[in-house]
Amino acid sequence: MPEVLKAPLVVEFPFTRSLGPVQSAFLTGLRERVVLGVKTTDGRTLVPPVEYDPVTAEEIRDLVEVAPTGTVTTWAWNHAPRRGQPLDTPFAWVLVRMDGADTALLHALDAPGPDAVHTGMRVRVRWAEERSGAITDIACFEPYDGDPAEPTGHSGEFEAPITGIVAPARLDYTYSPGRAQTAYINALSARRAVGERCPSCRKVYVPPRGACPTCGVATSEQVEVGPRGTVTTFCIVNIKAKNLDIEVPYVYAHIALDGADLAQHGRIGGIPYDQVRMGLRVEPVWTEGARFPDHYRPTGEPDAEYDTYKELL
Amino acid sequence: MTREIAVVAFAQTDHRRTTEELSEVEMLMPVLHDVLDQTGLKTADIDFTCSGSSDYLAGRAFSFTLALDGVGAWPPISESHVEMDGAWALYEAWTKLLTGDADTALVYAYGKSSPGSVRDVLTRQLDPYYVAPLWPDSVALAALQAQALIDAGHTDEPELAAVASRSRADATANSHAQLRGSIPQGDYLVRPLRTGDCPPIGDGAAAVILAAGERARELCTRPAWIRGIDHRIEAHSLGVRDLTDSPSTRLAAEKAGAFERPVDTAELHAPFTSQEVVLRKALGLDDTVRVNPSGGALAANPMMAAGLIRIGEAAARIHRAESDRALAHATSGPCLQQNLVAVLEGDPR
Repeated sequence: MPEVLKAPLVVEFPFTRSLGPVQSAFLTGLRERVVLGVKTTDGRTLVPPVEYDPVTAEEIRDLVEVAPTGTVTTWAWNHAPRRGQPLDTPFAWVLVRMDGADTALLHALDAPGPDAVHTGMRVRVRWAEERSGAITDIACFEPYDGDPAEPTGHSGEFEAPITGIVAPARLDYTYSPGRAQTAYINALSARRAVGERCPSCRKVYVPPRGACPTCGVATSEQVEVGPRGTVTTFCIVNIKAKNLDIEVPYVYAHIALDGADLAQHGRIGGIPYDQVRMGLRVEPVWTEGARFPDHYRPTGEPDAEYDTYKELL
Repeated sequence: MTREIAVVAFAQTDHRRTTEELSEVEMLMPVLHDVLDQTGLKTADIDFTCSGSSDYLAGRAFSFTLALDGVGAWPPISESHVEMDGAWALYEAWTKLLTGDADTALVYAYGKSSPGSVRDVLTRQLDPYYVAPLWPDSVALAALQAQALIDAGHTDEPELAAVASRSRADATANSHAQLRGSIPQGDYLVRPLRTGDCPPIGDGAAAVILAAGERARELCTRPAWIRGIDHRIEAHSLGVRDLTDSPSTRLAAEKAGAFERPVDTAELHAPFTSQEVVLRKALGLDDTVRVNPSGGALAANPMMAAGLIRIGEAAARIHRAESDRALAHATSGPCLQQNLVAVLEGDPR
């Protein structure tokens, strides 16, 4: 079996999220170097604060300032920081109970080594130089041997509170399409369309995905189809797509390649858009160096009879 | 609850570091065929199908719809999917059978962690406001829990190493396992967790068939009856929880009837050695209970399937008459965030 294809795949997206009133106050507070908690109805102070009581689910809104100093409740030494983490030198992950709080906040502790870290040690916030209203406005924590810092009694009301965050995310993958699609893509780069036949119902799938969706069995017998085919149905595209250099209107069609039992889609060219019709016979048009057809154009043959493609609609 | 529902068949792949030569459906299909063959059922005989998987693992949008090709979903079948471990898909299927709308169900789950970096992928399931922007990876969060256990005097590094070695030693009898035999405890990955305390990263799939009442007895000589099943969740924020305990596991076990009579076997979904310590305590398991005879998640941890495999392994021991009453546990999220407990029994021998 030839090697399966592999290619890097980056999935990257910015999540834009709105904030509730408590989250907004907390993150705006970090921007202003103020650490806020929220009081539960039974009198505990949650830091980081949340919108609803984790025990009773009651809405909680009573903000209270706590100190930017605290105590480590557990820790873990990270000798090999990963992308996106708060520090790029070895550090300790810590849960820190801020002075005045009853619960703990997750962050990083900048310390020289694991021997310098222990549960119960005292730490304080190291503020980021540039702050925007995000958990990363705390650059990290650092060891601290002084008394608890005194909160200023902040009300939690700020000028220009932030109402949302944008959280970028990026994940890197190595994509492999598996055996069946590798074979299809390799054949396509030689300008051949090769599908696979179901051993049970005998249908030919192009592109093949390795299984017959009707019978639930593996397909493996390779069958070359096309290159010509029949338009089974189509639509007229009137909206110009971003980064796509095709004049509108144009036709996008389902095309059943000769010998295939599944239509695939492609653009129709070489004919005015309002003359494309069901049953139109087409063939692929390749551009130099392309790995798939640029579009399909009419062959000039008579249209296919409806009965020959009605099962493929 | 008037209907008796049982696990009547279980199958799983060999779990491997990578299956790059296979697409997800190509990896899954042999397992579906295996579990159907065990019962003699065809796709058309299955009343309800439910699956568990996550597109984030391999970075493939709507991969679960492609996986359905392996079932043979035409003509249209009654089908559902959860973006959770397959144990929760089994829970949905169990509910469906309870309603009487279905007598048989196919439940499957699969995960391909090899295309991505699962430690980083799993950060995307965390609180997006306060936690995910720090990218704390799954091993780091488990290490915080392990240190809390050590500080509280509930365990120490030698005991954790013993959990690791017992699991991999038991896995020598499990041909599907990824890590078997004598595996060095290794260096710290995130201290206090060493590589040996962490699960292998790999690809795999599993499937079970559920059947109700007499249908179950027709399909299996000794069905594994689900006497109870329940799932519960901890508070969202890690800093609110007592990481040394798992009250959600205990509550789920209570609701599932686990404490009514002793179990002889427990399959615990503890991807990290320290989490077995938490679960044993929460479930009150003593040395008379055989814990993870399969090797557990420390021997093979295909994401999204490893919890379903715990139920499948427990059921298979009942099928083989190696157990009469077994507990199966599945977890999801950081530091045992969400927990499911099922109690399975065989008919008296």
